[in-house]
Amino acid sequence: MSALDSLYQQIILEESKTRRGGDLRNDQLDGQHLPANVGQCHQLNPVCGDEITLRIETADSKVSGIHWAGDGCSISMASASILSDMVVGLDRGEVAALIESFREVMRSRGKLVADEEILGDAAALSGVSKFPARVKCAMLAWVAAEDALSQTL
Amino acid sequence: MILKSASHPHDGPLNDTEVLRIRNDFPILETQVNGKPLVYLDSGATSQNPLSVMEAEQEYYEQRNSAVHRGAHTLAVEATDVFEDARSTVAAFIGAADNELVWTQNATAGLNLIAYSFGNASVGAVSEAAKKFALAAGDEILVTEMEHHANLIPWQELCRRTGATLRFIPIHDDGTLDMSAAATLITERTKVLAFTHVSNVTGVINPVAELTAMAHAVGALVVLDACQSAPHLPLDVKALNVDFAVFSGHKMLGPTGIGGLYGRAELLDSMPPFLTGGSMITTVTMEEAAYLPAPQRFEAGTQPISQAAALAAACNYLSETGMERIHAWEAELGQRLVKGLEGIEGIRVLGPPSGVPRAGLASFEVAGVHAHDVGQFLDAAGIAVRVGHHCAQPLHRRLGLNSSTRASTYLYNTTGEVDAFLAAVAGVRSYFGVEGAAV
Repeated sequence: MSALDSLYQQIILEESKTRRGGDLRNDQLDGQHLPANVGQCHQLNPVCGDEITLRIETADSKVSGIHWAGDGCSISMASASILSDMVVGLDRGEVAALIESFREVMRSRGKLVADEEILGDAAALSGVSKFPARVKCAMLAWVAAEDALSQTL
Repeated sequence: MILKSASHPHDGPLNDTEVLRIRNDFPILETQVNGKPLVYLDSGATSQNPLSVMEAEQEYYEQRNSAVHRGAHTLAVEATDVFEDARSTVAAFIGAADNELVWTQNATAGLNLIAYSFGNASVGAVSEAAKKFALAAGDEILVTEMEHHANLIPWQELCRRTGATLRFIPIHDDGTLDMSAAATLITERTKVLAFTHVSNVTGVINPVAELTAMAHAVGALVVLDACQSAPHLPLDVKALNVDFAVFSGHKMLGPTGIGGLYGRAELLDSMPPFLTGGSMITTVTMEEAAYLPAPQRFEAGTQPISQAAALAAACNYLSETGMERIHAWEAELGQRLVKGLEGIEGIRVLGPPSGVPRAGLASFEVAGVHAHDVGQFLDAAGIAVRVGHHCAQPLHRRLGLNSSTRASTYLYNTTGEVDAFLAAVAGVRSYFGVEGAAV
């Protein structure tokens, strides 16, 4: 597989169009007056203009919902979609471990092979780590989720 | 002595054969990227350097490195000669007198120098001569909707500091300036008109003489961003009659870290300084200082000396090739780019359509594929382009976009490279699975 094909695996191209969780409404973007179990974060990559606003809802200390609105490259949108499919039902510790594991692979410059047992579909984003300029794209939603979750009680 | 194009032995237009010879002077163009020959179409961001430019910098360090405008020793004198000869060469390249060219770090620094100097003229006690630069509430600074952030944000900040109002001349859907709006917006309140000569996104070439005449009719000062014109077309600041102009060395075959600010001598000599310190003074007491005339007035501290020598070598290289010929060649490449892109389904070219004059660059949107992905795809084919907002967010917003992909040419690009780029672009949408007509 060429480096380009390892970056743009079929699942990534599909997820970038599916955009699971990408249903945050325009009137929700300001993130004002959220209840204590809801956190929201806006992330922008000023280099390329990739942008996401991501909201996480919790119930009984687990993630009960995730919604986002964003505009960006296929990597950033696919990554948000895959993340959205993975976190519902996880508790804080599990989400933190997932994000840390993903971050470690992304920062490895292609040296680490993602463990599909842990990262599931997100393992398909492993190829991104060989392209340092794109790591931020892949991390965008995950950084937003980390921050949004930290705002919830 | 600068050789103008008319005196050059190669009088005919540039063609692929001569461009292939030119390419021999640019070692980096031999690079392989991802196993493919590099196709460098990002000169609008930064250009490559010919050997003569690198040699000029090396020669300076090997033979003449010293402090300029101080010291009585031989090397100091030689270094000063190199530095001031470089100024003469670069000043002549843009049609300015030697004392009208100030070295800056780049065009951004030049624009900030002007804005901060105007700001300094607007506060505290200033000389009578400097008062013509002062701004206050009720005054207006006018820019255009197509500006690079470097010719926008310094004016936003200057307005914030002085209470002046920032206004902008809108553009048409095809990227050209709305000249009837310009006629309405340029009024007695306008103190500064700052605009780009050539858009770094659409390749639109603005009517400088016309805009300058309109601004001067109301007594406004004209600041020209020549970043995308000085490298690519014959620039004569006197003929254009602008009051100030800025450019960056690294976009015109020169090194990074140096650029130029042109200002009419009587303006520069009465403008308050921006950066202050050594090398720009006459008499200093513990209470105050008196300043040298331009250009030293604006060159505090040790200057980019080797870079000046290298930039002069770059200007010589351009002059020897002939700016008219370079301009004509890039116009041809620009038309080839636009015409080719127009023929690819799902591509929208920003700016004027083919057949309308533009610089040798083209920015475009690919329906269904983000610019970042387009750039990545092209890089895998060895093709270097710029992606993103190109430091022109308001322009992109006006055109309904967050980002675009830009291919920009220079004298060393061949028609074959443009064709290779077009062939690669034609494969983008199928690779990303968005074939079919644009929605």
